[in-house]
Order: sequence, then C-alpha cells, then structure tokens
Amino acid sequence: MSAGNALTRSVPWRGTAWAMGKLGLSGRTLVIAIPMLWLLVFFLAPFFVLGRISLAEAIIARPPFTPLFDRAPDGSLEIIASLENFRFLIEDALYRNAYLSSIRIALVATIFALLIGYPIAYYIARAPEPRRTILLLMVILPFWTSFLLRVYAWMGFLRSNGVINNTLISLGIIDAPLRMLQTDFAVYIGIVYTYLPFMILPLYANLTKLDGALLEASSDLGASPMVTFFTITLPLSLPGIVAGSMLVFIPAIGEYVIPALLGGPDTLMIGRVLWDEFFSSRDWPVASAVAIVMLFLVVAPIMWLQSIQNRRGMD
Amino acid sequence: MQPAIAADTKPWRSEGAEPFISVRGATKRFGDFTAVSDVDLDIYKGELFCLLGESGCGKSTLLRMLAGFESPTQGSIRIDGEDMAQVPPDRRPTNMMFQSYALFPHMTVEKNVAYGLLREGLKKSEAFARAGEMLRMVKLEKQAKRKPDQLSGGQRQRVALARSLVKRPKLLLLDEPLGALDKKLREETQFELIKIQETLGVTFIVVTHDQDEAMTLATRIGVMKDGIIEQIGEPREIYETPNSRFVADFIGTVNLFEGKVDAAAPDMMRLTTPDLGDVMVPPQPDLTRGQQVWGAVRPERFAITRERPEGAVNAWRGHVEEMGYIGHLSQYRVRLESGMLIRASQSNRLRDEDPISWDEQVWLSLAPRAIRVLTR
Repeated sequence: MSAGNALTRSVPWRGTAWAMGKLGLSGRTLVIAIPMLWLLVFFLAPFFVLGRISLAEAIIARPPFTPLFDRAPDGSLEIIASLENFRFLIEDALYRNAYLSSIRIALVATIFALLIGYPIAYYIARAPEPRRTILLLMVILPFWTSFLLRVYAWMGFLRSNGVINNTLISLGIIDAPLRMLQTDFAVYIGIVYTYLPFMILPLYANLTKLDGALLEASSDLGASPMVTFFTITLPLSLPGIVAGSMLVFIPAIGEYVIPALLGGPDTLMIGRVLWDEFFSSRDWPVASAVAIVMLFLVVAPIMWLQSIQNRRGMD
Repeated sequence: MQPAIAADTKPWRSEGAEPFISVRGATKRFGDFTAVSDVDLDIYKGELFCLLGESGCGKSTLLRMLAGFESPTQGSIRIDGEDMAQVPPDRRPTNMMFQSYALFPHMTVEKNVAYGLLREGLKKSEAFARAGEMLRMVKLEKQAKRKPDQLSGGQRQRVALARSLVKRPKLLLLDEPLGALDKKLREETQFELIKIQETLGVTFIVVTHDQDEAMTLATRIGVMKDGIIEQIGEPREIYETPNSRFVADFIGTVNLFEGKVDAAAPDMMRLTTPDLGDVMVPPQPDLTRGQQVWGAVRPERFAITRERPEGAVNAWRGHVEEMGYIGHLSQYRVRLESGMLIRASQSNRLRDEDPISWDEQVWLSLAPRAIRVLTR
C-alpha cells in the first residue's frame, strides 16, 4: 500500500498522469493500447488489405490485381469491386470440397488428439511433483526442434522403406511394405503429433485445479473410480477440453505443411488450395477470397462456443 | 421410538460391551514420517466421538483411514465386526463430511445430496424425494435448485451434512465440520449436530482442533498428539482428571507446577515445590517418596480472598497484576511472592459485591482435592 502511494506521489508519475488526463487517457487505456496496436497493425490492417484484394480481379501486372480506384473512359473516378470471386468459390465444387475436407480432417484429428491427450494430461496432473515437471518438459521438448524437421522425421518413419515398414517386414508380420506416406492417415498422424501439446497443456492446467477432495467425496458416496470420472472429472474439465480442442482444430483447418509433405495427391485441404492459388495460379483475388472464407469458417465455431460458455456462466 | 443414545447408556463404562468400531495397532507412515502410531480405539454404537488435537497430530489421517482414503501401514480397522482392510471407500458403510465440504460445483444442491443415493442404484424419483426430505431437515429446501457457489458458508455446510447423512451411513465421519463457520453460527450448529445425531442414532466421529467444540459435542474425547492418543475419556474426565501435562494444558486453562513427593499420611500427601513451597494433595498410593510429579490446577479452583481463610491447608499471598471482567466471571493474574504467576478466576455471583481488583494484595487458597497430581 505504502509503496503504491509513494509511486503515485512521485513527480514523474504525477506529471504523466496529468498529461494523460489532459488527453482524456487513463492508465488502463495505456496498458490496453499496446496489444490493441499490435492487433491493429498485424491483424486488422492485413485483413482489410486481403478483403480489398478479394474484391478485385486478377490481371497480369504487378501487383497482379485490379486497382480499387480507376479512371473510367469518361474521366470520372470509379470503384472496381465485385463479389465475383466469392460467387466463384461457392459455385466451384473444388473449393467446397476442400473446405469440407479440411473441416473433416481437422475434426477427426482433434478427436484423436483429445483421446490421446486427455489420459496424458490426467496422468501428469496426478503425478507427484518432481515427476510432474519432467513429464511437462517432455511434452514441450519437441518444440525445441524445428517443426519442419519433425515432419520430415515422420516421412522417414512412414515411407515404404522407412523405419516402421522395415521393422514390420523384418519381424515377419507383413510381406510387402504398407503404403502409409502420402495418405490421409499420414496427415492425421502429422496433425495429431504436432498439435498434441496444445491439447495437453490446457487440459493439464484444468485438471491440476481439480480438487482431489471432490474425487474422494464421490468415492465416499459410493461411486466407483469409473463413475467418478464420468460424473465429476469429465464435466469439470469441460473448459479444458474446449480450450484444447480449439487450439488443435483452428490451426489444423488451415494446415499447409503437413498435408503438403505427408498427404497424397488426393488429400484435399484448404491450405494447399490457398497456396496453389497464390503461388501457382498467381490469382491473388481468389486466394484472398479463400482466405477470408476460411477465417469466417474458423471464427464461427469459436463464437458459437463462446456464447455457450457465456450462457453457462450466467446460469 | 427414540433410539438408545450412547450419551445416556455410556456403553464404554461396562466391561465386555461390544464396540462398533475397533481400531487395533493402527499405524500410518508417509515415508519417514509416522502420522499415526499404534493406535487402539474402541467406539460404541450411537456415540459422538471427538478426536481432538492440534494440526498435524494425526487425527485427520486416522479419520481418513476409517473412510478408506488411506490404508494403515500396520494394524486393523473393524467396523460393525467387518474387517475393512480390503474394502475400498465406495463400499464402506461410512460417509464423510469434508472440511472443505467438497460439494460438486457443477451440480445443484439437490443433485449433490441425491448423488450418493443414485450411486446405490435408487430410482431417480425416489432419490430426489429422499434428498428433498434431507434438505428439509437441514432447512435448505428453498435452495434445492441452486449451485453451491450461490450459497453462504453456513448453507454449504448444511448441504455437506445433508449429503453425508442421506445414505444413512452406519458411521459418519466429520472433518472439522464447523471450522469454516463464524463463532455464533458454530455454536448454533453444534447443538443442531447433536440433535441430528440423537434423532438418527448414527455413530459420529468428529475431528476437531477446537477444545470447546469437542467438550460441547462429544460423548467421549480422544486427545491426540504426535500420532498417539494421549487420553480417551468423557469430557468431564478429560477436564477434571487429565492423565498428563499435555492433556491438562490442551483442554482449558491450567496452572502447572512441579514438585517432589515428600511425605504421605493416610489422608494427605505433601509435595515440596520450588514455586509454591509445601503443597498438600490427596494421597496417591502408587507414588514413591522423592518422585518427580507435577500439580495441575484449574483457575476456577482457587479461592481469592483479601484475608487468609481460616483453616486453609494450601494458601499463598500474592499481588493482582491483571484482572479481566468477563461478565459471568472475573479472571485474575496473581503474582505470588515466589514469582510464580497464577491464573485464577471467580464467578460473579452477586451484583453488588465489592470485587477484588487490580493491584490488590490477596490470598489464594486451594483445597487439596482441587489439585490433580500428574506423573508425566
């Protein structure tokens, strides 16, 4: 208390406070301003640039899209903007399939990440202290090597003369190598493997907060460990499940590197389509439209979950 | 019909009565630390037994062993004749009321109370009907649809009690049940708890660090220290005839002085003490001459007078250093000529008496029977 008073009484503080008061700013505004500015510069501004390009038409020029304002033949200023690109996306089955397939792959991968991540998070949360830190470190440790390297390592595991096939053949379990690389299966493995820590960490954070007395109370009232899990632990860890699933699902939808390296030619994901439009077709307006639609596809489920959580909080 | 109440029948006084709970040589070690050490304990049906001790004395561990959350390192626990060694907590005929209440935060009050009944396989309608009955008993029927975080501390405590009683356990374990309540609510709830215990006839074991709570609630008290039960007895026994300096000091206020056995007559024994000179105490045949003993005297046993009372066997001159008027009694701190500080109290019987006050010269006197002689 006294330290705070000393600070607020100091001359530089009072000077700043006075100046900010003159500008109609409070200390809180100053604190919020930094992240706001960050979002403005690195998210909102690029988003508007993208939005503007998505309304243009592709031309062979530099930059490869029509300008927003142009001189009409009669000399007046006209705005060139159309929703043609979005109509194109809806009409062309390729894009629709790519979106649906992305959502499907992301959803399946999220479910597997949850099924694998939950027991791990539960085990770490229940582990005694020295072991718990080591286990957490092991979850985070893969981040210390490059993401690309780890995906390449999986290629080494999964390819026809890779580690898994060689082992299975030498053990006599299979005769001919299984085709695993360049399949949807490899994409699932890649996504689950890469995003598993993002599932485990929020679940762990939630499960460590779980009061052990609640589990004892449940057992004391006659619930077997299994019943206790489904009636107490699972419902109480729902916020962790939602947070972890979001952290896996959202980046997985737009994933590009994993399907490009591990997936086959028929693995259709919107990230690849986006890349192709930008860099192979050099059709920036369509690519921008793809990106914007993807953004809304991702934002919609978040908003929906947010509203559920808010309603629940009000009950 | 009112069930037979252990508080009236006092089964522990009769030889050969069958105990309801029997703990034999129970020991619990956590690594190098021994939380409970070789405890023997018999508790009878319908008792309200208090385990009393400071935090870390092992009372909660003993309770958790009865509930089945900890298994004893050594020794056995039998409840209603059945050995509990292989019985997990969810199959024991016990229920526990947790110190933190441990109410399920995602369930309504009603669902919390019905939880145990549903686990028994009771039909939903029946379970909720019985939960409602229980909530009426603890006067919470109006809050049935609320979540625990919408209740006050006292209401939460009653939900926890209702939840632990609804299955009609043979044995109810209560871990510091009133710890989180403020003083006034605590006193009210103490009597409510006794009333509930007597109507339902359930055996209660209460863990507490609050000696007033133990004295008010218990049929018998077990005083614990360092994993050992120092003394088991009715509240009156514990207060009047403690068996050690620890128990004497832990329960209520006491004046302790050390001394040696000097000489014994058939009706009186003399102690020589450095602080109080010669002190006459009742004879105790098991003591030998020269043995080191301690005397324990409760403050209310002293008579405080301005003149030396006639015929007093034990009397000392002193000077009132401090005096506190509590209302129903006055508390004194009297410095004796030997330098020893005595805590004494006197009840205020008359409204218009001239009270002995601060800075007065007084006489403190004691009947020999007022002194409890302790050997440890």
